[in-house]
Amino acid sequence: MDNFMKLINGLSNTLNDIMTNYSDMLVQGMLDTLYMTLVATIIAYLFGLPIGILAEVTSKDGIHPMPVINKVLGFIINVGRSIPFIILLVAIMPFTRMVIGTTIGPKAATVPLIIGAIPFIARLVENSLKELDKGVIEAARSMGASDMQIVFKVMLVEALPSIILGVSLSSITLVGYTAMAGTVGGRGLGDIAIRYGYYRYQPDVMIITIILLVILVQIIQSIGQLISKKIDKKNT
Amino acid sequence: MIKIKNLTKTYQNKKTKTTVLNNINLEIEDGDIFGIIGMSGAGKSTLIRCMNLLEKPTSGSVHIDGINITNLDRKSLSKVRKNIGMIFQGFNLLMQKTVEKNIAFGLEIIRIKDFVPENMKINEYKSLSYLEKRKVKKVETKRKVSELLKIIDLEDKAKAYPSMLSGGQRQRVAIARALATNPSVLLCDEATSALDSMTTKSILTLLKKINEETKVTIVIITHEMNVVKEICNKVAVIDQSEIIEQGSAPDVFKNHQSEITRQLIGGEL
Ligand SMILES: Nc1ncnc2c1ncn2[C@@H]1O[C@H](COP(=O)(O)OP(=O)(O)OP(=O)(O)O)[C@@H](O)[C@H]1O
Ligand SMILES: [Mg+2]
Repeated sequence: MDNFMKLINGLSNTLNDIMTNYSDMLVQGMLDTLYMTLVATIIAYLFGLPIGILAEVTSKDGIHPMPVINKVLGFIINVGRSIPFIILLVAIMPFTRMVIGTTIGPKAATVPLIIGAIPFIARLVENSLKELDKGVIEAARSMGASDMQIVFKVMLVEALPSIILGVSLSSITLVGYTAMAGTVGGRGLGDIAIRYGYYRYQPDVMIITIILLVILVQIIQSIGQLISKKIDKKNT
Repeated sequence: MIKIKNLTKTYQNKKTKTTVLNNINLEIEDGDIFGIIGMSGAGKSTLIRCMNLLEKPTSGSVHIDGINITNLDRKSLSKVRKNIGMIFQGFNLLMQKTVEKNIAFGLEIIRIKDFVPENMKINEYKSLSYLEKRKVKKVETKRKVSELLKIIDLEDKAKAYPSMLSGGQRQRVAIARALATNPSVLLCDEATSALDSMTTKSILTLLKKINEETKVTIVIITHEMNVVKEICNKVAVIDQSEIIEQGSAPDVFKNHQSEITRQLIGGEL
């Protein structure tokens, strides 16, 4: 029991030390991670959402089947999803440099993050739409709704709670990606964890960053679930 | 008037070819409450879904108010559908929208030029000169929605979500939604099959009242004979993809020829 208390005390002392010595760096890391995750999520949705919608609309039992376009989209999404992020990160460096002017820093890191997340998001959106009850869509169709009206006034409206859950899942995945982006100069919490934990062997700093990452992921997930539940009128 | 001429529907799979509707001929007059009855799998749903082209006939044609709608392009078909309401066994309401928003749906997707004036047939309104491109105004929508809420007797549920309603109430909302654009035809595919007998009765009473007040033509698909007995003035019996009997309801009840019809009637006695 005594030993246990000593351990706890020791731990909280090191915690204090870390906080005083590294707090600036940790705060900056947190901000960088938040920045990368947020910007990448938003921009990736600008592309992923329409691609996901198109993939569902053109599918075999979608509202406007177009087999060729659907096959092509499916292929692109699958290829995108099967490239490991760490490889994508390095492979598109020339592109990143072309767009941002550098490959270093959080801003540059958003480029591979966005490209890596788009296929993931497209698939999530597609699945959210696929789950919808076909009856509502049919009812809208019977009332003379056009494809556009069905997409915007029926499918997206009815699937919104599920799409919101997808947004939080995507940001969580992106938090993970930011750690990898950190290793090639993206900065952020993941970068700190790897630098201190792996290169300098300071596990205490690493553990703190891991805890911060876990808390961040928890918060994102809770917010997503809360909003989704709040707006979902299906099970009230 | 709905006229179905030599309509055939087959489903072609890789190996097998299934004929679901075989050479159907039907005439449904304005203001009719027309029942189509048959055993499960007879092809009833397929038939009613051909009437608004949710299902495309393999051959033959569907005419509504003198217009052949079988081969219309998407846009014209959309327009025709605004004149044909439909309700379903599963209600098919927007679960994320309130009752009033559900009812307003048809008005939100329509433009004034496509809006069918009260009790007007397609060919009459096609020749109308006013081709306003504007959408239906909010106040007009509001007025129509509250009028319909009164008709379906759910004024207190305007802001409720469908998940908070009973089956019967949901079907009432679906009826109001289908009627919002003043269609001249209302198609009902097993609209009461998910409801208990009391609720069924109240829905049928509502449909009858609407038919009397607006002269909307109602087509009812059902496997329940009491539905037909309750409100239909005409009836067709469909069995194994074919119409085996049709005529005025009392006539078919009294002088039916086929065994199937006898069974359908007998089963309810
Ligand atoms: N897409 C399809 N491909 C092949 N066969 C089909 C398809 N859709 C329907 N069928 C067949 O067509 C027949 C008629 O179906 P339909 O839904 O019209 O019957 P129904 O009279 O409405 O029956 P129920 O009372 O059970 O609703 C059924 O035997 C069904 O298996
Ligand atoms: Mg059916």
